[in-house]
Amino acid sequence: MNAVRFAAIDSWVVAKRDLIHWVREPVRVFANLAYPIISVLIFGLVFGSAMNVFGGGDYIEFLLPGMFGQTIAFGVGTTLMMVSMDADRGVTDRFRASPMSQTGVVAGRSIADLVNSSLELLVLALCGLVIGWSFHDGLLNALVAFALFLWLRFALVWVGIYLGLLVKPEAAQASWMFLFPLTMFANTFVSPELMPGWLRAVSEWNPLSSTVAAARELFGNPGVGGDSWAAQNSLLLAVLWPAVFVAIFWPLSVLKYRNLSR
Amino acid sequence: MGVNVGHAVLAEGLHKRFDKKAALDGFDLAVPAGTVCGLLGPNGAGKTTAVRILATLLRLDGGRAEVAGHDVVREAPAVRRQVALNGQQSTVDDVLTGRENLVMWGRLYHFSKRQAEARADELLEQFGLTDAAGKRAKHYSGGMRRRLDLASSFITRPSVLFLDEPTTGLDPRNRGEVWREVKRVVAEGTTVLLTTQYLDEADQLADQIVVLDTGRVVAQGTPDQLKSKLGGDRIEVVVRTSEELPVVRDVLGPDAEVDPDAFRVSVAVADRVAALTRLTSALAAKGVEAEDIALRRPTLDEVFLAITGHKAEERA
Repeated sequence: MNAVRFAAIDSWVVAKRDLIHWVREPVRVFANLAYPIISVLIFGLVFGSAMNVFGGGDYIEFLLPGMFGQTIAFGVGTTLMMVSMDADRGVTDRFRASPMSQTGVVAGRSIADLVNSSLELLVLALCGLVIGWSFHDGLLNALVAFALFLWLRFALVWVGIYLGLLVKPEAAQASWMFLFPLTMFANTFVSPELMPGWLRAVSEWNPLSSTVAAARELFGNPGVGGDSWAAQNSLLLAVLWPAVFVAIFWPLSVLKYRNLSR
Repeated sequence: MGVNVGHAVLAEGLHKRFDKKAALDGFDLAVPAGTVCGLLGPNGAGKTTAVRILATLLRLDGGRAEVAGHDVVREAPAVRRQVALNGQQSTVDDVLTGRENLVMWGRLYHFSKRQAEARADELLEQFGLTDAAGKRAKHYSGGMRRRLDLASSFITRPSVLFLDEPTTGLDPRNRGEVWREVKRVVAEGTTVLLTTQYLDEADQLADQIVVLDTGRVVAQGTPDQLKSKLGGDRIEVVVRTSEELPVVRDVLGPDAEVDPDAFRVSVAVADRVAALTRLTSALAAKGVEAEDIALRRPTLDEVFLAITGHKAEERA
């Protein structure tokens, strides 16, 4: 019983450290938020008039769920960065050499990242509401959609922890170069139906697309549908894909963490 | 408790390989409780590997080790409760204040919130950081950060403290501050295992020095024992002009070392008095008037060179 209590305390202490960072050095939070907000403005208001939504509908309504998805996916870069910095600076070693619960280290990371991402979603949603995005199928459905985004974020925490233990902070910084296209070869900005055949397949099966498509459905936003199985079953896949990530990267992270002592 | 109650750290035949390279190759160590042991050696000698194994951070491939009476493999959690590790880099959190850093570690060592705060204030006082307690650590000097890092290792008054190159990158004044704190915690009964590349640091702090090279112990003893091991004393002659350097060199023999910048020639001698007498008469016969002649114990730098065949800083 004590072990559970200590794990809970340790998680909170580790999470609190990160949250204090964000409160005291808000520059990074703003930097993280600036990109999606500017993108919403550029794509929504500048390119928006030239953009087509497959099946018709307002582009801003189509865009916002995509932006939520991209913000969530970029979160993996944040986790990756924090984990590799802690490992590089010897903080991880100090944690390991202390009697603290090892669950606390990763659970704390998850809590901090989920709080941070929730905040980003909230700010982005408010920004969307101002420029004309809305949800049309009730608050409950909207909340389920946000829960799906956070479920994906939770899965990506594990991807971030694994990769963060694998690479140095300098390499972690470069992860944006890969994240950027990965979040664009999806249904985030443009309907896959309007892409060339092979890219369309990639985009439709991109795990991010499933969450974004499911969210569009739950928000009552346009651009839902498509012929592929992935597009037809986006809600199911929005639950399954993150589960697959967790199933792969949770044990990999635990193994990697243990193997730090090799 | 293990059998070796008198030894706070005991290692027997430690082996550790990284890929194909042996980092530790039959490393033995015995540190009596309440003393400071300096692990000395160049980069890559295996110092950090040894400390990480003893602090339960690395698994060993062979041999056995006991720290604070507990086996580092079978009783790792018990070891962790009694040791603290200060690595090469500072783990101080820059954004948190000094006090918040210590309270965080107190909480992670499972003190209640109130206990953690009380302990933090005690430690700030002991390590001379009370005035800076409310300042964010990023505004601390290098020495203050090190002291805060040390303080965070003292949350539970560990019986064994591992210090991995504690003053690397600090200026002399800050080094002095850290040394003072280390001496203080030793006086309070903590056993310290210290790795360093700085020979004067080992000289200053250590009761016992263990010289490590390519993963094994090549020499050990007190600083004085190590110095006398090197054939006793050195004789040093400082001359006025560089033309006189080769003349003095000829007098002192083939082992003499010439430092042209300092106009100095030095050599190890077995019998100091006889050597001095011989030297002065030989110099007089050659018409050399020395600026200074000195007899001194060798520095640890010279000990290191003599034992390992290379200088401490080389072979990164």
